[in-house]
Amino acid sequence: MNVFDVMWTNRSQVLQLTIEHIFLVAVSMAIALAIGLPLGILMTRMPRISRPVLGFANVVQTIPSLALFGFLIPIPFIGGIGARTAIVALVLYSLLPIIRNTFTGISGVDPAIREAGRGMGMTDSQLLWQVELPLAMGVIFAGIRTATVVAVGVATIAAAVGAGGLGMFIFRGVSMVDGRMILAGAIPSAVLALAADLGLGAVEKRLGRI
Amino acid sequence: MNSTIAFRNVRYAVGGGRMLIHDVSFELQRDETVVILGRSGSGKTTTLKLINRLLDPTSGEVFVEGKSTGEWDPIRLRRHIGYVIQDAGLFPHFTVERNIALVPSLESWPEERIRSRVHEMLELVGLPPGVFAKRFPRQLSGGERQRVGVARALAADPPILLLDEPFGALDPITRSEIQKEFRDLQKRLKKTIVFVTHDVREAFLLGTRIGLMKNGQLLALLPADDFRKLDHPEARAFVESYS
Repeated sequence: MNVFDVMWTNRSQVLQLTIEHIFLVAVSMAIALAIGLPLGILMTRMPRISRPVLGFANVVQTIPSLALFGFLIPIPFIGGIGARTAIVALVLYSLLPIIRNTFTGISGVDPAIREAGRGMGMTDSQLLWQVELPLAMGVIFAGIRTATVVAVGVATIAAAVGAGGLGMFIFRGVSMVDGRMILAGAIPSAVLALAADLGLGAVEKRLGRI
Repeated sequence: MNSTIAFRNVRYAVGGGRMLIHDVSFELQRDETVVILGRSGSGKTTTLKLINRLLDPTSGEVFVEGKSTGEWDPIRLRRHIGYVIQDAGLFPHFTVERNIALVPSLESWPEERIRSRVHEMLELVGLPPGVFAKRFPRQLSGGERQRVGVARALAADPPILLLDEPFGALDPITRSEIQKEFRDLQKRLKKTIVFVTHDVREAFLLGTRIGLMKNGQLLALLPADDFRKLDHPEARAFVESYS
């Protein structure tokens, strides 16, 4: 039996784990966006907080993912065994590229354009919604894309804390010393990452054409 | 007080205490064009920004239509004053039409009125609406962009116009064309204009009075003919650079 035979025999499980995997990534990305976008915008309004926030997000990224999952298990409310812990870890991982790109994207808008807008009598929120966000959208989207691709990869480790996903095959394969089983998890996960990258890349390209 | 714009002992200092504007006082009458001449860093741009309250004076007061800028709502004040900067500062993701419509849309004019106003403005600055309305700023030449910048500033018909080296980045031929167009425009429209430049030729062409700034001080504010005769080294330096 080759890898594809293994995947075919376990097809219903491959499908189920893929759905779990997508679920973990989708929920995490939604939360990371809900936190990261406003935080990135806030940083452009309050430059004082940008260093500590970026510092924190940077430090989180340097924690090895397996260790981060491990650290979270004993923490009450957000930790424990299951999807919740995995989602918390994925959110923490995805925050950095979203916050950083939102911040740099908006900060990168030509100051002359911002000044013209203010000088013409735009309020801060009009400037943000009509000028800064549209102009920063390409950069922000690049951050979302990076975060999503990273999250698809890191989500394979979620199986270690009992959150399911395609990591199940990988961990099972490792303990059974069965390369085919590892690939049965790794291949769909890689396909997901590529699909996310290409799909979001296409959207980014359209946004960048402004 | 019937002056449109007045500065009373205005000082402006940045964070470190460095004075950008030293005790500047002057008055502008309705419908006159004052050109403020000065080298880079002389405080001319700062002076403009104190008028539309992009900056607040550290001490002293700036009056617009008799009311201190501190008492104006900054948003109302700015929509009351047209503002043109170097390179126009057009929004790159807006078409020419939307750029010009900016203040009228912020003021929620009816759609139809905005459209006709935009077309009127495009005609005014010599850009046929059929050709230019749907273009993006990157599809325009420098001179066209600057014309759109002027059209945008005029769109809501503000009584006051501030221009910060608007033609500074243009090639000499385009600059001279657009300066002449602007002078014709100036005659047709009744506006109080403050125009900042380091181009003395432009100052003589457009200014009813010329102000001279150096190191944050307003050295003189005189009618153009008197300015020519002004016996001050900085004024002579500028006048000589012209001949």
